[in-house]
Amino acid sequence: MTELIRVQDLRVTACGERGETEIVKGVSFVLEKGQVLALIGESGSGKTTIALALLGYARRGCRLSGGVVQVGEHDMLTLGESQLQSLRGNRVSYIAQSAAAAFNPAQKLIDQVVEGALTHGLGSRTALQAKAVELFRDLALPDPERIGQRYPHQVSGGQLQRVMAAMALISDPLLVVLDEPTTALDVTTQIEVLRAFKRVVRERGATAVYVSHDLAVVAQMADRIVVLNGGEILEQSATAPLLEGPEHAYTRSLLAAARPDGNIRPACVVSEDVPLLSISGLTAGYGSKSADGMPSIRVLEAIDLTVRRGQAIGVIGESGSGKSTLARVVAGLLPPSVGDLAFDGKPLGGSLAERTPEQFRRIQMVFQNADTALNPMHSVAAILGRPLKMYFGLKGAALQVRIGELLDLVRLPRTLAERRPHELSGGQKQRVNLARALAAKPDLILCDEVTSALDSVVGAAILELLRDLRQELGVSYLFISHDISTVRALCDDIVVMYSGRKVQAGSRQSFAQAPYHPYTDLLIHSVPELRQGWLEHRGTAVAPLPPMGARAPVPHLCTFLERCPLRVDGLCNRSAPGRHTLANGSEVLCHHDSAHLLHSQRQCVSVKTGAYA
Amino acid sequence: MNSTTLWLIGRRLGAGIVTLLIVSMVVFAITAVLPGDAAQQTLGQFATPEQVAALRVKLGLDQPGVLRYLHWLMNLLTGDLGESVSSATPVSELMAGRVPNTLMLAGATALVSIPAALVLGIGSAMGRGGRIDSVLSFFTLAMVAVPEFLVATLAVLIFAVNLGWLSSLSYASDISSPWQFMRTYALPVMTLCCVIVAQMARMTRAAVIDQLDSPYVEMARLKGIGPVRIVLRHALPNAIGPIANAIALSLSYLLGGVVIVETIFNYPGIASLMVDAVTNRDMALVQACTMLFCAAYLGLVLLADLCAILSNPRLRNQ
Amino acid sequence: MNTLIAKSKPASSALALAKVSNGPPWLGLIGGVVCVAWLLIALLGPWLAPHPVGEVVSDNVFEGFSLAHPFGTDYLGRDMLSRVLVGARFTVGLALVAAVLASALGTGCALLSVVSPKWLDEIISRIMDAFISIPSKMLALIMVSAFGSSVSLLICTAVVSYIPGSFRVARSMAVNIEALEYVQVARTRGESRLYVACREILPNMLNPVLTDLGLRFGYIVLLLAGMSFLGLGVQPPDADLGSLVRENISGLSQGALAVIVPALAIGTLTVGVNLLIDYVSSRRGRRSGGQ
Repeated sequence: MTELIRVQDLRVTACGERGETEIVKGVSFVLEKGQVLALIGESGSGKTTIALALLGYARRGCRLSGGVVQVGEHDMLTLGESQLQSLRGNRVSYIAQSAAAAFNPAQKLIDQVVEGALTHGLGSRTALQAKAVELFRDLALPDPERIGQRYPHQVSGGQLQRVMAAMALISDPLLVVLDEPTTALDVTTQIEVLRAFKRVVRERGATAVYVSHDLAVVAQMADRIVVLNGGEILEQSATAPLLEGPEHAYTRSLLAAARPDGNIRPACVVSEDVPLLSISGLTAGYGSKSADGMPSIRVLEAIDLTVRRGQAIGVIGESGSGKSTLARVVAGLLPPSVGDLAFDGKPLGGSLAERTPEQFRRIQMVFQNADTALNPMHSVAAILGRPLKMYFGLKGAALQVRIGELLDLVRLPRTLAERRPHELSGGQKQRVNLARALAAKPDLILCDEVTSALDSVVGAAILELLRDLRQELGVSYLFISHDISTVRALCDDIVVMYSGRKVQAGSRQSFAQAPYHPYTDLLIHSVPELRQGWLEHRGTAVAPLPPMGARAPVPHLCTFLERCPLRVDGLCNRSAPGRHTLANGSEVLCHHDSAHLLHSQRQCVSVKTGAYA
Repeated sequence: MNSTTLWLIGRRLGAGIVTLLIVSMVVFAITAVLPGDAAQQTLGQFATPEQVAALRVKLGLDQPGVLRYLHWLMNLLTGDLGESVSSATPVSELMAGRVPNTLMLAGATALVSIPAALVLGIGSAMGRGGRIDSVLSFFTLAMVAVPEFLVATLAVLIFAVNLGWLSSLSYASDISSPWQFMRTYALPVMTLCCVIVAQMARMTRAAVIDQLDSPYVEMARLKGIGPVRIVLRHALPNAIGPIANAIALSLSYLLGGVVIVETIFNYPGIASLMVDAVTNRDMALVQACTMLFCAAYLGLVLLADLCAILSNPRLRNQ
Repeated sequence: MNTLIAKSKPASSALALAKVSNGPPWLGLIGGVVCVAWLLIALLGPWLAPHPVGEVVSDNVFEGFSLAHPFGTDYLGRDMLSRVLVGARFTVGLALVAAVLASALGTGCALLSVVSPKWLDEIISRIMDAFISIPSKMLALIMVSAFGSSVSLLICTAVVSYIPGSFRVARSMAVNIEALEYVQVARTRGESRLYVACREILPNMLNPVLTDLGLRFGYIVLLLAGMSFLGLGVQPPDADLGSLVRENISGLSQGALAVIVPALAIGTLTVGVNLLIDYVSSRRGRRSGGQ
């Protein structure tokens, strides 16, 4: 087989204010024609920089300082700018991470898709436009004839990503570089996009380099994997051997982080008396209020939730599900429009002004983004000291002692106390965030996507910490996330939200197998597993959705109507679904009963194992 | 133009009118209500109480402030701007004579400065980081900070005194040919242009660079599209909104600069009229001129905001 | 529809764009040196002046450069160097006082506005919008016409003209910071509004506020100089640099040094301040990546 890509001792230097630093330190790999290579690593490992170097491009402030990047018969590092221009978008294409940012908001999609090929003289405008429509069809985009006439903001994220793939493939390139194309998408959207990419790349025999931080996704797409850290290659091999038996310790930690610890410590004692937090009939939103007190943008609809002392409840949802809004309501940052909150038996006010200082203390929130959750001008000691002073009146020596204890609790060295947030790493900042919440000795901690912004290895460590703290301190969690595997690793009970509604709630055991709410089913089966071939089997299980007539103007119709594979015309679009309990103990919001769900979902499972090829 | 855009524009217009109203209140408060007894001041120390009282009634000063304001506002809206105390002619006549001159000056300045600023701004953005860009950057930064009378005095020094090409005073009345026009207007327009061009060029450069740094331009570069096409077809169309915005705001700075220029060149425009009025404490004239300037200023800022609204592609293409 | 409205930006964002620049660093150094020099002159002026400021020392009016009179003589025969050194005190001193007051009051109002309930924020913003809609020279002119031109009034005029600008800049920064999570955390802890404003929000906007102070200083120098030039600023026998230009304007046709020097002096002051500020803000921008 011919060697299409050969990278040898590639070096990239960044020129900053403090002089030059090498961010890619002598990377070498080869790729044969028709293969897919994955560059995997955490943020800052240099994978995007290497991917861009394959096009001979370096971002502002960086330069390609050495090595050989052989693509076909050209060495990209020796070519001049005009030669590179003639190759980019022609023989080598790039698919960016964020499709929304990569498109000119003022031009139609079709114009941007054919622009590159047109500039390189690969055909007439009409021929290229016809080819683009063909590509749209292959990528399973809806309405391929006319989608090109739209503008970027009129098209959804997953569709835009596929249009970008069409833009990259229209010139029949030798090499396609995919830079984290599905990272910004929801899990349920990601799977369609991945399927489309894989099919199109295979069909055209294109050679591809796939950059990602997600090992499970990469396992589906790549033939070879290169593991990067700190600008160096730690390990590279074919996919299957790497997944079964990695050699390098770092690769092993990546694999461990991708499969969160299934064996949960024994459940903590959950008390049966008065629930710690109870939410009933909560409706909340943003925007101006209409005449009946309802906000114009409704985010949460009729939510009921109970958290007991010592319990950890996980709330899962994708973007737009309202899960973060739920946390904000409980924290008092957003007053509910309808509904009651009660904390430890006593009513909990909707806004901050209505709460007592004790209530402030006992409910604490830990945010997703530690960069914006810690005041950059305060030292760690000041950040931790303030709640101690406010709630417990600690001063002087007693204060210092307690600060030290808190740092020990979150497993940070005591010497960190005098540092400022920008001197800490992402994981350390999140631990300080947690320590601040613990300083108040709370009964309930609201964790809002606390590991989502962190690298998988660091995030896994934080999860461990949370588990241990729960055992040591007996504190309750309301853990919000979009990642079901994280939630399954930490929480006793799980609540699934979709479009502001609670669609399923039950214990962790009830989520181990069917029956599920149709959305939960989609969610669970959209999470890529860490084995090759998962995508193909999953692909065969998807059929076109059952036809559906117009919606009746009835309030509270099922919000999952547009995507549900089990929808029934005449039932789902005419009446609101009710809540009922399934055989395995979880509560769902659906028209179908336990038996029907079990039957339909078990069919999918059997297809999955049966179609093994 | 769809309903959302129309509604946004309407809302902005409404806000502008409300602001203008508040401005008129502020102006009236400062000039007529706060200073104290105008009647006493006009007649001086040796007037008798009866004389002061009579003048107060004549000027309408015995009424409460709010009523006086409303009266004044009504008069303003119907075109009755009062009478100038120093020259005993109606204010509207005085202003009508001068407004065309200032408009001529402003128009000539705009005509010269806008193309120059666009060329400089776009050119330095395209050659970002190069030598030309650095030099231009320095000059525009310097020009923005320099006072107009420095530019004016230097210009007069160089062109009128040393080189003798132009006269240092401008008489707007005797213009018989385009050549005469240029000779009369060259120095004032040049003075005004210096600061305005620098301002506009800097803002244009920033707007174009802002577009050139955006991810979709990087994507276009990675598609192999040449730099000229990138600027013309991608960056500029999206930068037009901010650029138009910048031009409108810079033109509004003209209103301040024109005061100095008209004085130094003895140009019979409305700004020098106002300066004379202030020196003579001619309140009615001061109020009318101020309201005119404020209305023009608000008009330009409104134009800038409208450009920003209309240039938003999400609104245009629904 | 609501999301579209949220996305249309107001005109003032263009001014924010104008802060972007990347001149070479030695320019910033020059600016710094010039600023320090002017500060020293402002402090020590009268003692550095070779001749008493009001004394007629020469029989020749509008003299050119000479060793006895490096800046020449003015329309009465007085030494220009001395007059410039003393006049600098007024220019720099008045402008500095006014700039500090305008910045402090503007920032204070912005902080108050951000931590207060919506209705108070609206009222303050509307008032500031109205004031900002009056061009600063116009506002100065009408204040002078109403109240005269004493030194305290000139300071007051400059402060009133530039508080709204300082308010706008400070408020937009404070609003962005207030939306960040660490401020939310402080609020959920039940901290008082004063604490949130002073200990959480203010330290994170101090740098941009100081930069803005420098810019205001520049604008106020130009405003006061312009007013003096029109005869409406500092009144005789005191004279600041703008008045010096005014009284010697008759020498313009002769090309007298007495007209050029004070105008150049103002120019170097404002250009120096701008160069320094440009350098400081672009360095901060590059290092921290913005706010």
